[in-house]
Amino acid sequence: MSTARAAGVAEGGSSRRSLVGWWKDPWRRPRLLLGITLLYLLWSLLPVLIAVLFSFNAGRSRTSWQGFSTRWYYGDPLQSVWQDPSLHTAVVHTLWLGILATAITIPLGVAMALGLDRWRGRLPATANVVVLLSFVLPEILLAVALLFVVTVLQTPLHLGTVGQVVGLVTYQLSYPVVIVRSRLLTIGAQYEEAAIDLGASPSGAVRRVLLRMLLPAIFASTVLVFADVIDDFVIVRYLSGDASTEPVSVKIYNTARAAPTPALNALATVLLVMSLLVVFVGHRAYRYFTRGERDSSGIDVFAGEV
Amino acid sequence: MADRAAGSRTRSIWPLLAIPGTVWLAVLFVAPMYVVLAILFGQVDPILRQPVPVWNPAHWDVSQFDYVLRHIVGPDGFFGPALMRTLVYVLTASALCLLIAYPVAYFTARFAGRYRGLLLAALISPFWISYMMRMLAWVNLLQNDGLVNKTLSLGGLFDVHVDWLGGHAGTVVLGLVYGYVPYMILPLFAGLDRIPAGALEAARDLGANRLETFRRVTWPMSRQAVIVSMLVTCLPMLGDYFTNDLLSGSPRTSMVGNLINESVLTPGETGQAGAFVLLVLVVSLLPMALYVRASRTGAEIRT
Repeated sequence: MSTARAAGVAEGGSSRRSLVGWWKDPWRRPRLLLGITLLYLLWSLLPVLIAVLFSFNAGRSRTSWQGFSTRWYYGDPLQSVWQDPSLHTAVVHTLWLGILATAITIPLGVAMALGLDRWRGRLPATANVVVLLSFVLPEILLAVALLFVVTVLQTPLHLGTVGQVVGLVTYQLSYPVVIVRSRLLTIGAQYEEAAIDLGASPSGAVRRVLLRMLLPAIFASTVLVFADVIDDFVIVRYLSGDASTEPVSVKIYNTARAAPTPALNALATVLLVMSLLVVFVGHRAYRYFTRGERDSSGIDVFAGEV
Repeated sequence: MADRAAGSRTRSIWPLLAIPGTVWLAVLFVAPMYVVLAILFGQVDPILRQPVPVWNPAHWDVSQFDYVLRHIVGPDGFFGPALMRTLVYVLTASALCLLIAYPVAYFTARFAGRYRGLLLAALISPFWISYMMRMLAWVNLLQNDGLVNKTLSLGGLFDVHVDWLGGHAGTVVLGLVYGYVPYMILPLFAGLDRIPAGALEAARDLGANRLETFRRVTWPMSRQAVIVSMLVTCLPMLGDYFTNDLLSGSPRTSMVGNLINESVLTPGETGQAGAFVLLVLVVSLLPMALYVRASRTGAEIRT
């Protein structure tokens, strides 16, 4: 090893030497890595920015710029997002699904996380495996299975909003469970024991001590689940009843290859802004909740990574 | 002693909390998977072409599953190419994902300095942009008169008319890479971030050069994260059909997801869809075992 280094130093030739020296300099700036990272960022975000830009195009083209206008948002009397009832419905339905699915998923998931974390035995161990399975299995498996249940069996479930919400809750349930449990790991059992020693009932200890301490994690999973639900495609497509229960993602899928107008870009942009707004506000509030904690940037929590 | 007493005082509340979610998953996740089996191994109504599920495994009829299996290999193997393609596309795309994600995650974890939070947010922002919107963006760019062809023609200097969306494997694989790379960066970042800088400095101090340090220290220490991140991208790719539909739409590039999507909506072919679902399930359960092991050991390292 040392001979290799010595050879590198001893090698003559001024330009070669400086190049070798640059390569061997342990403190040189990682230009190559920086370059790759910046190129990646450009590649990953530029197409979306161009799509957003063309939603403001004055003409019908999605490929050549014909001047700025907001006609595809509300100006055009027939085809804009605001005026076209089918696009309008898609936005409202997407939001509605997001609210309903999140409102059911979070309480169910938080309770499940608390229960599974402290309850010992074979049943909770099995439930844990099922949660993990629902976390990583391809979404299409659950979507097809639920579609079969709804169309072949006689159940209270039916295609449309009910089916979609049930499917989304099933698919998203693992997020709050995983996020809240990882937070529970850092809390330990001593707080609720102290509360009980001080005279609280078990349910009171959970409600007034544990839930308070879990608030940031609950909040983060709420934001994550909502942002994920409004972007969902596979489940909501299979379980949608008719055009009135097709959310934005399904609209995009149905029309992307069929000569759409920039109104489709505008529709996608509306959804994009909603997602980013929710995550941005959510992240700000999360930072506020966890202020004073070491390592509380927490941006990774909002992508489901714990 | 005190622990046990406190444990017994709160013992009854934990099952009560866990049961609603557990029942939900049992009824709406586990049971529907069984319904798929009952339909796959069940009968088809000869007139209505409706599937008739058979609940008792003793009476299961394997003819629908057998039909699919017989048409995977051999002279009538019209399902075979799509399955092979799925394998090739998923492996190629996730290898490319790793090639992109690893350096990016490495840079962010080690060198981003005070821009780290901002960079991380930018890297995972595609997470919160709808997948469909990101594909729509590429559909726009790859049109015959789209910006990609315009850029390649250098402003009309050359005559470029590449039909990117006409069923090219390359377009589909690039679409998959574009779609799933963000999911890979985060677990890799978390894994690389946990490697203490001291270990790398020690390797350099002991005379290892950059490549050797990477080969003998960084890579072994990040292997767990690599496995997890590969699984996190490979498994969803296995069920993907929409990338293909939007960026190609041709049967020449269809994957197993497309087979599921097409048969599930065709009367009389629900059993086939069930067979493909079972195939994907089995293929994903195998790496799942790896995933569980990797995340378990990962958790041990973390604590």
